[in-house]
Amino acid sequence: MEENGKSITSSLLRSVSRFLRNCLFAMLSFGPMPNHIAFIMDGSRRYAKNRIVQQGTGHRVGFKVLTSTLQYCYEMGVKYVTVYAFSIDNFKREPAEVQSLMDLMKEKIDELLNRESIVSKYGIRINFWGNLNLLTEPVRLAAMKAMTATAKNTGPVLSICVAYTSTNEIMRAVEKAWEEKRKEIEQMDSAISVGDLERHLYTANCPDPDIVIRTSGETRLSNFLLWQSDYGHLQNRHPLWPEFCLRHLIWAILEFQRVYPYLQERRGWCKKEG
Amino acid sequence: METHLIQMYMRLANEFARTFDSLFHRIQSSMILKFILGLFWHLLHIAVSLVHIWSYVIQQLRCYIISSGLFAKYRNFSLSRLRYLAVIVDSQEAKHTAKIKQLLSWLSAIGVKHVALYDAEGVLKKSIDFGQTRLRDRSAGTCLDGDVNCVTSLCNYEEMSIELLSFTDGKEGIAKAASFLCSDYLKNDSDDCGRTETLFTEANMTKALKAVGYYGPEPDLLLVYGPARCHLGFPPWRLRYTEIMHMGPLKSMKYSAIVKALYDFSKKYQNYGS
Repeated sequence: MEENGKSITSSLLRSVSRFLRNCLFAMLSFGPMPNHIAFIMDGSRRYAKNRIVQQGTGHRVGFKVLTSTLQYCYEMGVKYVTVYAFSIDNFKREPAEVQSLMDLMKEKIDELLNRESIVSKYGIRINFWGNLNLLTEPVRLAAMKAMTATAKNTGPVLSICVAYTSTNEIMRAVEKAWEEKRKEIEQMDSAISVGDLERHLYTANCPDPDIVIRTSGETRLSNFLLWQSDYGHLQNRHPLWPEFCLRHLIWAILEFQRVYPYLQERRGWCKKEG
Repeated sequence: METHLIQMYMRLANEFARTFDSLFHRIQSSMILKFILGLFWHLLHIAVSLVHIWSYVIQQLRCYIISSGLFAKYRNFSLSRLRYLAVIVDSQEAKHTAKIKQLLSWLSAIGVKHVALYDAEGVLKKSIDFGQTRLRDRSAGTCLDGDVNCVTSLCNYEEMSIELLSFTDGKEGIAKAASFLCSDYLKNDSDDCGRTETLFTEANMTKALKAVGYYGPEPDLLLVYGPARCHLGFPPWRLRYTEIMHMGPLKSMKYSAIVKALYDFSKKYQNYGS
């Protein structure tokens, strides 16, 4: 009886909280809203170290923060969210750590495909961007399964960068452009253009990010979306990724809205020149 | 009886949730309430502006303290990690060549030896005159690996080497290097079959960029002068691990702000993904 009372109360509180959140998002929507936000989820290991817990705990808390951040983004009407989960450079870590991250990734990908997950709730389409051949077999298969299972979803798009670097992405695009234009290059001495490369990037069907947020206060992009982030607002937030919450996201949107006219003007110049 | 009560409470909770959702949709469609939301949006942005004003005041105080020489740490820090510095300037502000030269003089006084100056529209390339002939214009294939002098469009000013860059040195350079890689493959195809898997590598792209005259070292630090923290199309191949710091508009640049940025950079630690 008590437990049922608690669940009713928490259900009511969730409804009130969702209502207040929707009011806040409606207020924010009065200004320009980003269509695509990219996150560099940095700081999970430091979070675990600061709290003297196992590294895996930091990543698990980080995953919970990811799902709640995704929920807030989709409630605000952000159609595309991209996250930098695992870089090719991260394979340099201790093998035991890499293996535990692979195991965690497989577990969380399977969780995302559950009926009660955020993916089902919002009809999310999932992409995995990166050199998936570098992943362990179970993770690669889980990623392929998730992409196939959600391919026909028409809701928001979640792109997870694993075994990814921007320079690797560019080289893949060069190779694909070469395969596409080989005959033209051989016979007509044609050249590869910027448009040819952009058609073969992972982001071909996705707008460029409006905001790129890196947590933990670091100021570099670490080989993430270097080609696509020309006119994105680069933000570095001080909290570690597991500490990132709604107020940090709201602040990021407000900062974006402040500089939006300038970024639009610069983007307009670029389109005119292109 | 208890089961009946529990079911009643659950229905009540669901009704509350539906009521809140319906209320929220009504709010969205009401013009008066839209006006109120808009008013609150403006108030929110006023609050954001007040926070920025406060940050500006703190920054000015910090600059004053640094320029007074009170703290020895800002006078004696090592620049050994800073091999190459890049500066992005908004193209509108790049027209103020006197300010640019002042900035370069300050950088030289601090001890910076190699600078890349970037503005998207190429205003600096057209308008700035360093009073000397260029040391080297765009030329191909004359570079040694890792040589900071191995750049195109190099000038000398105040005992620093200055590289001038614009938007066309970024993605277009990569496209030209990609075309070079492909045509190089075609020329040597008869000698060495099946080279594609070893052709499209990042190392070969770097060599191709040198060959077509679009190579340059990767800056360790990038200072962004403009209204927003945005890299505005800086050559993506050179931004992988660059620390990016936003310095504000060029018109309000300060020597002590540059000292602070370089000091903060000297304290940075990068693990490059490991």
